[in-house]
Amino acid sequence: MSRLTEAEAVDQAASRKYKYGFKTNIEYEEFPRGLNEDIIREISKRKNEPEWMLEFRIKAFHHWLTMEEPDWPNVHYKKPDYDQIIYYSTPKEKPKKQSLDEVDPEILATYEKLGIPLHEQKMLQNVAVDAVFDSVSVATTFKKKLAEAGVIFCSISEAIQDHPELVKKYMGSVIPTNDNFFAALNSAVFSDGSFCFVPKGVKCPMELSTYFRINNQDSGQFERTLIIAEEGAQVSYLEGCTAPMFDTNQLHAAVVELVALDDADIKYSTVQNWYPGDENGVGGIYNFVTKRGICKGNNAKISWTQVETGSAITWKYPSVILKGDNSVGEFYSVALTNDYQQADTGTKMIHLGKNTRSTIISKGISAGRSQNSYRGLVKIGKKADGARNYSVCDSMLIGSECGAHTFPFIESSNNTASVEHEATTSKIGEDQIFYLQQRGLDEEEAISLIINGFCKEVFKELPMEFAVEATKLLSIKLEGSVG
Amino acid sequence: MLKIINLHAKVEGEKTEILKGINLEINQGEVHAIMGPNGSGKSTLAKVIAGHPAYEVTDGQILFNGEDILEMDPDERARMGMFLAFQYPVEVPGVSNSMLIRQAVNAVKKARGEEELDPLEFEDFIAEKLKLVEMDEKFLDRSVNAGFSGGEKKRNEILQLAAMNPKLSLLDETDSGLDIDALRIVSEGINSLRSEENAFLLVTHYQRILNYIKPDKVHVLMQGRIVRSGDSSLALELEDQGYDWLVTETHVNGEA
Repeated sequence: MSRLTEAEAVDQAASRKYKYGFKTNIEYEEFPRGLNEDIIREISKRKNEPEWMLEFRIKAFHHWLTMEEPDWPNVHYKKPDYDQIIYYSTPKEKPKKQSLDEVDPEILATYEKLGIPLHEQKMLQNVAVDAVFDSVSVATTFKKKLAEAGVIFCSISEAIQDHPELVKKYMGSVIPTNDNFFAALNSAVFSDGSFCFVPKGVKCPMELSTYFRINNQDSGQFERTLIIAEEGAQVSYLEGCTAPMFDTNQLHAAVVELVALDDADIKYSTVQNWYPGDENGVGGIYNFVTKRGICKGNNAKISWTQVETGSAITWKYPSVILKGDNSVGEFYSVALTNDYQQADTGTKMIHLGKNTRSTIISKGISAGRSQNSYRGLVKIGKKADGARNYSVCDSMLIGSECGAHTFPFIESSNNTASVEHEATTSKIGEDQIFYLQQRGLDEEEAISLIINGFCKEVFKELPMEFAVEATKLLSIKLEGSVG
Repeated sequence: MLKIINLHAKVEGEKTEILKGINLEINQGEVHAIMGPNGSGKSTLAKVIAGHPAYEVTDGQILFNGEDILEMDPDERARMGMFLAFQYPVEVPGVSNSMLIRQAVNAVKKARGEEELDPLEFEDFIAEKLKLVEMDEKFLDRSVNAGFSGGEKKRNEILQLAAMNPKLSLLDETDSGLDIDALRIVSEGINSLRSEENAFLLVTHYQRILNYIKPDKVHVLMQGRIVRSGDSSLALELEDQGYDWLVTETHVNGEA
């Protein structure tokens, strides 16, 4: 075998496992590396932001300077050099497009390749997409149709310009600028993200979706998402992410805030497939994300569903503050780690209102030499009479060199509350696979069936197309890990 | 249909052989029973024929329909028409019984170049098979073997057998742990599936199931070898006298 074909073969093998690893060649406008007030002022100026937005950023930056990168998660990595990161990177040309015809064809081709066509005639049926490429939102589809229903769906940059009163009122209201190290950093330098506002009584007529793509090797991605559902409003939101394969690590530190008023219902689903690094643990995304929702009103509901398959390191706890009486919080999670991936993920359910209810279903799958931790907090406040929580934490191990860990914390200050926690650990075994093979299924089908069964309670929460995609994704990720 | 020649096998990575030269031939339309005391290698034989990855064949041949199958994966053997009813059926949480059986049936159909069953066709198809093992259709919605009683698991194996309609069925201690009613149901199920086109190999510790399923041949497996073969009367002899007299006899013959 010649050298070239060998390299090609490796390439092919690698891309089979991570088929989104290609890089788009386009020109960038980048800021100098590192972070200081001038950079932040420049980001804000470039985006033509009002004074209050700049103040928000500067305040966050000063908080950040006083904070330490957390080391309590059960993950080990070389901390990023924050002076070497490029905090603002945008495809050259003017950032916001009036029509898709103005978007760089290379970028459109990228999204097409990712299965997210942005052209009107090819758009996903009944799913509105906001496409974020590195730091900037490049396109939002179905805007008009949504506007007719009264729904605002646009990039956060646009929202700051066009709906400043809403952004000012809600941004930072769920996750304050000094909440934690990465949230503070994000608050200082966030470059773009999605904004969604569903007014009183409106049921959003279609699924909303943001598709995040990191393309630049040295830039961080700091997007910010804000979703508000007014009284009785309903919205379902999907988020997908991929990145090219680099042998360096890229930092992704996002903030997502959800606000649900009386009787509102927000469903937020994520399929996270950032580049996980290669089979030796080189490269990959550091996914340090703060996601939190508040059920501000009575009878509100917030539901997080996540399928985490990518990233070298994941540090993420989508949480719900159950402030309104009778409000409901849900967390459904599948976290898969393979090779040298590390994940420390879970949720916090903070019960403040009366008769609040929360459900936590967490499924961790570890293969290779990976480490997978569930970390959860169920907190019942003094006034949360009759609050109820039910948690299930299941771990599945594939092979003998990986680890699964659970760190469930319960703090209850109200003795009328009930908290239930169940946990299991199982091993996908030779016998299980042999049994299914004996029924005529090949090894891949067998593994896929077992994993599917294990994750069923979570997958059924995903929108149909996402569930199919997620099933396939898990099978591809686990190819060759068993046996 | 099945021809085993001088088969030697051991657990992968270990030294001691469990099967020490098995010879066995099963023809279409026949039912064979393999009997023997605990630890004689009966279950190992069934698993090795089906291709369990924990075992390594160190010598000999297994021919199925004239083809050497030793290099084949278990799923290839299954799609050729070989079925193993497990002694300890495995649980697959979250996967419904109907989903597994439909995938299994379709995997075989696909291999035979036949049309696959869609969910509606499958419903009619499986309803017939359920009657055979006197199982309620509720079993179809339950996760594969999860929370099943011992008897239910064994009946579920026979349900799968009936659905897949294999050429050769290997029944690994299907009778163990069954009460008398379940034993009758399972045996009647198997009897109704017998035909001139297929064959069965029953691995069993007790003679009991052979009261219901009359074998054409009985083999006694001891210490990894078939020490005696005969007709169904051999099973009765064993029931009466146990296995000890055979041990002595083999020692006398200098085979052990």
